[in-house]
Amino acid sequence: MAGTALPGQLKWWTGDVTRIVRETATASSLILNVPGWLGHRAGQHVDVRLAAEDGYQAVRSYSIASAPADDQLMLTIERLDDGEVSPYLVDGVRPGDPLELLGPIGGYFVWETVMASPLLLIAGGSGVVPLRAMARQRARTNSEVPVRFLYSARTADALIYRAELDALAASDRRFDLTYTLTRSQLPDWSGYARRVDAEMLREVAWAPEDDPSIYLCGPTTFVEVVADHLVALGHDPASIRIERFGPTGM
Amino acid sequence: MANIISRGFRGRRQNAEIAQRLPPGQYLTERFPVLSAGPTPHTPLAAWDFSIVASDGRSKQWSWDAFQALPRETITTDIHCVTRWSKFDTVWEGVSLDTLLDGFVEDGQFIMAFCDGGYTTNLPLADVTGGKAWIADTYDGQPLDPEHGGPARLLVPHLYFWKSAKWVRGLRLLTRDEPGFWENYGYHMYGDPWREQRYRGN
Repeated sequence: MAGTALPGQLKWWTGDVTRIVRETATASSLILNVPGWLGHRAGQHVDVRLAAEDGYQAVRSYSIASAPADDQLMLTIERLDDGEVSPYLVDGVRPGDPLELLGPIGGYFVWETVMASPLLLIAGGSGVVPLRAMARQRARTNSEVPVRFLYSARTADALIYRAELDALAASDRRFDLTYTLTRSQLPDWSGYARRVDAEMLREVAWAPEDDPSIYLCGPTTFVEVVADHLVALGHDPASIRIERFGPTGM
Repeated sequence: MANIISRGFRGRRQNAEIAQRLPPGQYLTERFPVLSAGPTPHTPLAAWDFSIVASDGRSKQWSWDAFQALPRETITTDIHCVTRWSKFDTVWEGVSLDTLLDGFVEDGQFIMAFCDGGYTTNLPLADVTGGKAWIADTYDGQPLDPEHGGPARLLVPHLYFWKSAKWVRGLRLLTRDEPGFWENYGYHMYGDPWREQRYRGN
């Protein structure tokens, strides 16, 4: 497989948190000013390092939520109740705090504007973060690549970036957005109301003959099931790029 | 670089014994996370085989049944993923690569492991011989789950776990080192967790 080596700028950076956006009850976005940052590609992640006063350190990986074309770097972090780093990033960080980042990391789960195939983006929970970077990069670069975006969350309140994604879909006829809520829905809910299954993918996803580039991100159980359905529907396994995230292991 | 203190961050310190067993930058997990770049292949055992392919073209092949008849070892080992989790005392069963590579070992060679799904990873031959690497087909006493690389995966626990290729189907011997899948995407050619060789240039 032809690889694209990481550019040479993978190193530790210091960013300043300029703004914090509460996205949902459990997720926050940190908007960072990172002097010297040489850019990233949509889908990449960074390692964030926290250090206690006695020198103890903890490092975890977080997907980059901002598009390469955006001015500032944004990370969206979901608080894991038993997490060591995410509760601090979601609830402990304040505007003005410095944050150490290693990155950008990853060269496979990456979408570039030059990729011409139709895009199929499938997110489970906070797996939407790197896919948001792709959707946003596509919009920022006026790409005409058609997108189908399927986003599964437990409840409507747990949907991250909902207003932004709705606005993208409303303003772009090539951007087709579908939500499914797996746990509870309000009476006026018009999206799907079940876990992603083969029938939903048949209705929402591109057909294998459309030769889509597929990006699938979410917890392991979610991506395993969805990837198996996609392969069974006839999609080339090599066209399915997967990023698994979440509490380490499910 | 001078470390920045994360105001108010305490962290979750491990006791000294655990801390000593953790390579730099790693944390301990009790779970068994799953990481892979594409869909999980489901190769039936009847279609499975394992090959050694020498750089001069010689090769040797085992069917699943022939592989099962080889001498087996139980391995209890700590494993370390480049995504920073480590797991202690994992228990595997499998066939030593010393057994599979018998008659193929030459000094100064490298291997490229190849797998269902197209994944590859490169290692020095010296790192998979001498009782350091196995083709493992059980985990915790059970047949290896497809998510974790079943029916069989490479197990090279002294290197970051991406080198322990899932769904492995064979090893190609090379006369010089070449990057495999993740190595092509910027990860380290060797991947020693104790020297924190995560990414190219580390």
